[in-house]
Amino acid sequence: MKRFRQHLLICGGTGCHAAGSADVRTALQNEIKKQGLADEVAVVETGCNGFCAMGPVAVVYPGGTFYVSLTIDDVPELVQEHFLKGRPVERLMYKEPASKDIIPDMKDIPFFAHQQLIALRNRGLLDAESIDEYIARDGYRALAKALTEMSPQDIVNEVKKSGLRGRGGGGFPTGLKWEFCQRTPGEIKYVLCNADEGDPGAFMDRSILEADPHSVIEGMTIAAKAIGAHHGFVYCRAEYPLAIERLKLAIEKATEYGLLGDNILDTGFSFNLQIYQGAGAFVCGEETALMRSIEGKRGMPRPRPPFPAVKGLYDKPTVLNNVETWANVAPIIIKGGDWYASIGTAGSKGTKVFALTGHVNNIGLVEVPMGTSLRTIIYDIGGGMPKKHRKFKAVQLGGPSGGCVPEQYLDLPCDYEEIIKAGAIMGSGGMIVMDDSTCMVDMARFFMEFVQDESCGKCTPCREGTRRMLQILEKICEGRGEMSDLDLLEELAAMIKDSALCGLGQTGPNPVLSTLRYFRDEYVAHIVDKKCPARTCVNLIEFRVDEALCKKCGQCFKACPVGAISWEKKQPAKIDLTKCIKCKTCIENCKFDAIV
Amino acid sequence: MAKLKISDLAKIRDRVHEQINLREDGAQVKITVHMGTCGIASGARDVLNAAMDELDKSGRTDIIITTSGCAGLCSQEPMITVERLNEEPIKYVFVDNAKMRQIFNRHAVEGEVQTQWALAKGSEQ
Repeated sequence: MKRFRQHLLICGGTGCHAAGSADVRTALQNEIKKQGLADEVAVVETGCNGFCAMGPVAVVYPGGTFYVSLTIDDVPELVQEHFLKGRPVERLMYKEPASKDIIPDMKDIPFFAHQQLIALRNRGLLDAESIDEYIARDGYRALAKALTEMSPQDIVNEVKKSGLRGRGGGGFPTGLKWEFCQRTPGEIKYVLCNADEGDPGAFMDRSILEADPHSVIEGMTIAAKAIGAHHGFVYCRAEYPLAIERLKLAIEKATEYGLLGDNILDTGFSFNLQIYQGAGAFVCGEETALMRSIEGKRGMPRPRPPFPAVKGLYDKPTVLNNVETWANVAPIIIKGGDWYASIGTAGSKGTKVFALTGHVNNIGLVEVPMGTSLRTIIYDIGGGMPKKHRKFKAVQLGGPSGGCVPEQYLDLPCDYEEIIKAGAIMGSGGMIVMDDSTCMVDMARFFMEFVQDESCGKCTPCREGTRRMLQILEKICEGRGEMSDLDLLEELAAMIKDSALCGLGQTGPNPVLSTLRYFRDEYVAHIVDKKCPARTCVNLIEFRVDEALCKKCGQCFKACPVGAISWEKKQPAKIDLTKCIKCKTCIENCKFDAIV
Repeated sequence: MAKLKISDLAKIRDRVHEQINLREDGAQVKITVHMGTCGIASGARDVLNAAMDELDKSGRTDIIITTSGCAGLCSQEPMITVERLNEEPIKYVFVDNAKMRQIFNRHAVEGEVQTQWALAKGSEQ
């Protein structure tokens, strides 16, 4: 079997693909061939390794030299220097944003050094399309153990002991869910994977499916044995073409190897897995709506109980977990529930994957033990705010169902309970960092618009209530708000939360409530002073240069796309409102907040 | 591909792990072939190929072979450095195909320094 002297692992996740990693990979392969190194250096395409902000990224082993932002033009130098002459190319390495120090080794980069990988254990380390490489990293060993050494009850007990809770948002104990389903009698049962990730800014499930699809297949097959199911579906949104392609290939390979299908590993157990592509409706991430969608009906939720563990897909007992939850199962079976439970906090065990995005230097995927503080995630791993003159304002957790957490909670340990106390939810792990240029009223309006748009329309509180809330928020952003609107918002929010049919409506008002709780003064500024303190809401900006603040630098003059700003050296700038199109380019380019 | 049995799983794991193990830490021995322009001109590539060949034959998964630039002593190339875990690195000079094979088996594998070809202990600071 062919052994290579060096391996170059280039990221082929969607983020790096968009940044051009496929072309860079081809160029690398050609250059390596040209230099006569094709037998010595292997180029492997992996799934996302998490550092999406720096894509395309690549790691060279042995050694773990980490290269970022590669382009085709860098390829000849990289191949000649590193692979032919063995001199790593400093120019292409990661630089610490604050100190500009070059960090050659992946394990020394703070973004990676603070993470602990369980669900993402194989990210960036193996060829996502090779089942052999997955097996080489202990893949399917947990399945073999579950099928030969463990009874269904043993499996459920191990998962219960681990304390694993649903990573899709609800946080329901996974082992308990399996046990309910196991105890429900029935000839036909189903195992489902929710890959309908819909929160704006969340991409952890897509990334796992792209980087390590077999980990999901293995987890689901173990659950199938535990509850006595022989058929399963992965419900994945059609907007994830690469994830679907890799998963499809993984299912084919696993079936070919006898790790799916009839008589798995010659043990007599059978489990078949199919992909169902969803059309991308947000509500189909809700479990009962998801099941209706697989049945071929319109994706709408129904009241619970009966819970899916009793009456789920086609009215049969069903276990549904999301992608990240499934990816945690195999390590729990191999290393044991006690090992998993030793990581995390009292009520939240193990690790959680967060999609870190927004006003932060290192945008990407982060997996940390439960209980890690927001400060560690945002500053140590995330590298802090990219704009030096901007201050941290809040972080939105849990997407449109969650809430914002302001600065005083930065040392909050992230687990299910603590985040709820701060007025947000864990959700699926979306983490949007916002600096002080973000208007919280506008942010609440954005999420309400999303919820209103995605409401399926079945129940009145969600269909009509979110529309009314959106109208009020739009009114406030336009400067026509009244103080009584705030009471009305709170009243509507309480009613919708109490009476909506499913999670979408019940949690939809959360962003409004949490911004009202922490940033009420901003609402008041919009309503009473007719000002938007973050200067986001166009109708509330005068587009006038405050001469006391203006440093006469001329940046706004240079940036204005329509020539509405006049400026001469050592003179403050002036804006001609007859020409101004209110595009806010000047505001974005002024470091002194002089445009009011 | 026939359907796997439990025992096949371990076989695939061992075989493929041998190929991808260099992506993990835990190497016991590291052999560096110095491949500056001077090294390449005096035959370092042949030395590197010999080392890779011996590695293949040995079946060892904890020995890694890597390259680096010129070690500074261009007149005595090809040069290699052999580092065994917790032992001083040894530099060899005027290495050729046959010497490389002997150094691999005697020093890298068995731990016996081939003093007749060694230049020095340790690395430059």
